[in-house]
Amino acid sequence: MDNMSIPQREPVIQVKGLKKQYKLGQIGGGTLTADLQSWWARVRGKEDPNTIIGTDTRLFGQTFMALNGLDLTVYKGEALGIIGRNGAGKSTFLKILSRITAPTEGSIKIKGRVASMLEVGTGFNQEMTGRENIYMNGAILGMTKAEVDAKLDQIIEFSECGDFIDTPVKRYSSGMFVKLAFAVAAHLDSEIMVMDEVLAVGDMKFQQKCLGKMSDVAGQEGRTVLYVSHNMSTIRQLCTRCVVLDQGRIIFDGDVEQAIAIYMDTTDVNLVHYDLEHVNRMNVGGGKRLRLQSLDFLGKESSVFSDTELIKIQIKWAVSEPFSGINLKMNLHFRDGSPVGITHPVDIGAAQPGKTYTTTFTFDPSLLGEGQYYFYLDIFDGDLVRAVCLDKPVTEFRFEVTSGNLSMPEWSAGWGRIHFPGVKLLEED
Amino acid sequence: MDEKWTTEIKPKTGWFDIDLQELWQYRDLVVMFVKRNFTVLYKQTILGPAWILLNPLITTVIFNIVFGGIAGISTDGVPGFLFYMAGNTMWTFFSSCINNTANTFVTNAGVFGKVYFPRLTMPVSQVLTSLINFLIQFAMYACFWLYFAVQGEVHLTVWMWYLPIAVIQTMLLGLGVGIIVSSLTTKYRDLAIAVGFGVQLWMYATPVVYPLSSLWNQPKLSFIVSINPMTAPVEAFRLATLGTGSVSLGGILYSLIATAVLLIIGVVLFSRIEKTFMDTV
Repeated sequence: MDNMSIPQREPVIQVKGLKKQYKLGQIGGGTLTADLQSWWARVRGKEDPNTIIGTDTRLFGQTFMALNGLDLTVYKGEALGIIGRNGAGKSTFLKILSRITAPTEGSIKIKGRVASMLEVGTGFNQEMTGRENIYMNGAILGMTKAEVDAKLDQIIEFSECGDFIDTPVKRYSSGMFVKLAFAVAAHLDSEIMVMDEVLAVGDMKFQQKCLGKMSDVAGQEGRTVLYVSHNMSTIRQLCTRCVVLDQGRIIFDGDVEQAIAIYMDTTDVNLVHYDLEHVNRMNVGGGKRLRLQSLDFLGKESSVFSDTELIKIQIKWAVSEPFSGINLKMNLHFRDGSPVGITHPVDIGAAQPGKTYTTTFTFDPSLLGEGQYYFYLDIFDGDLVRAVCLDKPVTEFRFEVTSGNLSMPEWSAGWGRIHFPGVKLLEED
Repeated sequence: MDEKWTTEIKPKTGWFDIDLQELWQYRDLVVMFVKRNFTVLYKQTILGPAWILLNPLITTVIFNIVFGGIAGISTDGVPGFLFYMAGNTMWTFFSSCINNTANTFVTNAGVFGKVYFPRLTMPVSQVLTSLINFLIQFAMYACFWLYFAVQGEVHLTVWMWYLPIAVIQTMLLGLGVGIIVSSLTTKYRDLAIAVGFGVQLWMYATPVVYPLSSLWNQPKLSFIVSINPMTAPVEAFRLATLGTGSVSLGGILYSLIATAVLLIIGVVLFSRIEKTFMDTV
């Protein structure tokens, strides 16, 4: 297949001057009522209840370039990582590439079929069996029935769902759901695969299996992979090249390690307020039964904390059905995406629909070494063993821990992340 | 350099940027959607697919009581039961084509926002589902028809050869109107509610519960009904199977042209909206 005598690489995606413009504050609410609501809010000088989050009201009525002149060539067999902080334009780029929305200017030329997985299990129907869903999903991703037939056994084997393949997927656990969905996408005959954050779900073992499969897809099968993630360790593991997006432009293109370093410098750790209404969810059907609305670091202007103080966090949430007990845990990561640990689940109480709940809690960072961290918030029903995830926004809640102990030297990366309390000396008899 | 690009993604350009060939490539998906529509519709119902037959049966009986019995509207000398069932079978088909496609963008926003496939596959599979329902209901109609035919009350006419065209036309008209509505609902969802009333009103402007001939002494009403493109197929359906109905060549021609125009407007609008609707929904 590969011809060593011709070192020339074959481009499969060519992006030229790609721009995507969104109108701020002018997006219709969908009904006349919502439009009137926006208008009334504007008249009173209040915040528009229908504005898409993350929009700066100073830009109200103006336009916003989600992508501002993107030029990129991707070659056959590459595994290209795309990183950048929230709002940098990653998702917009993938959406245009997957033909979900059209660009405002510029063009993308593509050689071959694109299979995109911007969300796990898109198009899966709860009432249909696993097998039916494989066909359905394959067809949605552009395969013919004959192509799915040929790969059916491989797909079922990879998904590890063999025993349940004729069971409706509504009886599947979320893990099985992810496995099945990924298995379909990974076995497509498409020349280009586009993945957005999809590996964030699923257990570690399966994640590793997926990454391995993706590497094979890119390396041996000569297909091209575009991978977006906030998890730097998966980027490191999978990608052969990496671009960093910032404010709709490519600010770096090349070596993976260098890209990660640049990305970290652009990451803003100072946010203390997160609006969660419109961000994506990691869990299947996320945020439908219970929805986190916002998260605030209380009493701070930036989320920088000394390891001697408590981090005070407030969340607002609402439910669409009654719950008797809801658990909350934090999944803590170091800034490069490597996991640090989870907090023990805490019951935040019962809830009824039609009301917004406010929950305030503290997190003690005294065990963390100096550095930048982020956490995901995971709200679930049941205990750790039998957890049904209700809401898990993809948002990384970032904070920085500084040492409050002046007698400590600067924290060294080689020490790890955890700063345990000193050993206790036992009295000698 | 000689490059063979297979796809080019550009800003939305003209109004006539329509890719019907691609729709054909995704025909397996259409079949899949049709299957899914049936699977999902009757899951966790007691009577299951029997509803396909029960629905028109109950409606026909009600029509028979209300319009035939209480209101005493003429049925052109045809047995009332068959008369209403004929009209209702055609109308149910048409209205289900509209109702099932009118919400295409809004109900599928989740899927459309995450993966690309030709969006037209959705409404097309919906009207095909309606077509299958129609054929089943038509078979039931045929059984009742046979009963009356044996007694010599009704007979087929030469218009029976026109039936397939009338059926396909009804489907395409429903598709056209449905996708026009679905394109417009991306901007204003109020329309989705209005469409329910609209279809109901439309039924009364179509000779479903009365024969077109009963309007001949009322020129204003007659005019409204005759500019309705659904009039010709319904009347033709009755003329073919019941032997009564007022169909003119001009009326048929008009109705076919109106269908074609609405369908083309629908497809153009739909193709235009599908490229950027994710930004507005």
